[in-house]
Amino acid sequence: MSRLITFDGVTKRYPDGTVALDDVSLECATGEITVFVGTSGGGKTTALRTINRMVEPTSGRVLIDGRSVLGSKPAELRRGVGYVIQQAGLFPHRTIVDNIATVPRLLGWDKKKARARSYELMERVGLDPAMGTRYPYQLSGGQQQRVGVARALAADPPIMLMDEPFSAVDPVVRAELQGEFLRLQSELHKTIVFVTHDIDEAIKLGDRIAVFQTGGRLVQVDTPEKLLAHPADEFVSGFVGRDRGIRRLSFVPAAELPLRSDVVLPETASVADARATGEPWVLAVDGTRRPLGWARAEDLPDSGALAGLRLTDPGRTFQVGADSVRTVLDAVILSPSGLAIGVDSGGGVVGVTGHRELADTITAT
Amino acid sequence: MSGGEPLIRWDWIGSHAGYLAGLAGRHLYLSLIPVVFGLIVSVPLGIACTRWRWVYPPVLTSANVLYSIPSLALFLLFIPYTGLFSDLTLIIPLTLYTLSVLVPNVVDGLRQVSAPVSQAATAMGFGRLRQLLQVELPIAVPVVIAGVRIATVSSISLVSVGQLIGNGGLGVLFTDGQQRIFPTEVIVGIALTVVLAFAADAVLVTVQRLLTPWARTGRAAA
Ligand SMILES: Nc1ncnc2c1ncn2[C@@H]1O[C@H](COP(=O)(O)OP(=O)(O)O)[C@@H](O)[C@H]1O
Ligand SMILES: [Mg+2]
Repeated sequence: MSRLITFDGVTKRYPDGTVALDDVSLECATGEITVFVGTSGGGKTTALRTINRMVEPTSGRVLIDGRSVLGSKPAELRRGVGYVIQQAGLFPHRTIVDNIATVPRLLGWDKKKARARSYELMERVGLDPAMGTRYPYQLSGGQQQRVGVARALAADPPIMLMDEPFSAVDPVVRAELQGEFLRLQSELHKTIVFVTHDIDEAIKLGDRIAVFQTGGRLVQVDTPEKLLAHPADEFVSGFVGRDRGIRRLSFVPAAELPLRSDVVLPETASVADARATGEPWVLAVDGTRRPLGWARAEDLPDSGALAGLRLTDPGRTFQVGADSVRTVLDAVILSPSGLAIGVDSGGGVVGVTGHRELADTITAT
Repeated sequence: MSGGEPLIRWDWIGSHAGYLAGLAGRHLYLSLIPVVFGLIVSVPLGIACTRWRWVYPPVLTSANVLYSIPSLALFLLFIPYTGLFSDLTLIIPLTLYTLSVLVPNVVDGLRQVSAPVSQAATAMGFGRLRQLLQVELPIAVPVVIAGVRIATVSSISLVSVGQLIGNGGLGVLFTDGQQRIFPTEVIVGIALTVVLAFAADAVLVTVQRLLTPWARTGRAAA
């Protein structure tokens, strides 16, 4: 398999004696997101910067496509490696368009072509092109971060280095940026090295996660799923947190859960049909199998059809083919009936599932 | 003051308009040239002070010591080298005075560049010189212009002192008005100096707004 970035026994000792990286060996695969995660001061930023030569290792080598980064001139190397940082670091004296056009201009593109590329990228990262003539101080933190990403992508570098790019924005904007980042990556397939101190972000974004410990030691490199299932040592299990069991459920597809349909009734069904199920709750669906709401057996009148009743809101549903068991668990906990409603991609009810099915599936994985 | 003589003789001003305009022009020339020279010296000096931190304290101290020398004394000091009536006798000392404002402002201006901005520039592949010219100096402009405004106004006020060595632009109105006991001349001299200072400052503010539309300060109304 072709690997793009290789750390080969990399050690970095700063002049004051601080060991920031301690014999780190690691491969960041082509087209994947490798997340560096760990405690503050663990050497993540240092490791990232050895890739574009902003930091040079004391010993060991960093290779891109098998060739040492020390073989290229720093400025030339860097123009082929996108870089995004936490505070965006936009040039305050340049408009948004000119900020994004920075690397293309350094590469000698003419102004018109560079600007056209900027506008293209603004759309790509979800920015209104009308913002192009504004200056950075006129943008919100989240918008500035988008510009930072667009600027790093401008010359279409195969590698992107991202140092806590979403850490300084509020949680709602962060979730939005993370989602769009994943969507972008699914189109662009860059080789991305992403630094964060937030294990949730690492699990959400990483194809593979490298855990750094204070002192610059690389403790474990694994897929998010394996990291949660088999943490290498106490440090990693402590870092991934007590609720790693629940986090793991994010990787179990909801499709693995058995679904029941005995409590799913059309709205035309009679009260007697509902009682005949012998279940405490039944779910009424319309002609296209969309969920209408829950009816409780205890509260059923003596006669009539489900359609005439006041039903309890069906609440959150899950998509059988797309969601994870973690989403189902959440839906089960919040559902008045203790049952989560599984729907297909069109929103039609496929079946329901509850505590017992969840418990069986979790035990089996 | 002789009886019946008004404080200001407007007719004198009217009949001397050309003369006054000439003096004002010369005054402006004598005060602006030192600011231009001062900038030419301060920018590289300021850059050196930010590149090599140890350079800054001795440079700043020297500039301040120069500034503490009374202007007349400094003019007299230069006469043997530049001559009594030479413009240089005025321009060199006034240039030296501007350094105590301009050098610190160039240094502060360059320090406006935040760590993330300079890291981003490095990471994107700017070379040293290009980063200086395209990132650091442009970002320093507002603070540098703030220094230029102070240096300009102080230079405009100091030029008059040069009249004591025979070359002072509008300063001639003060010495002449005093000798002839003719208050109109003194008052006109003061008024024109103030007008020049205000006008120069207004021009500089405008220049700053045009040059740095990205700066937050000074455009609250925008
Ligand atoms: N330029 C530097 N000089 C000296 N020590 C440094 C320098 N940069 C980082 N360090 C130290 O190296 C260690 C790792 O830092 P860093 O790579 O920034 O960690 P992280 O990004 O994981 O928080 C820390 O102890 C930090 O203080
Ligand atoms: Mg860091």
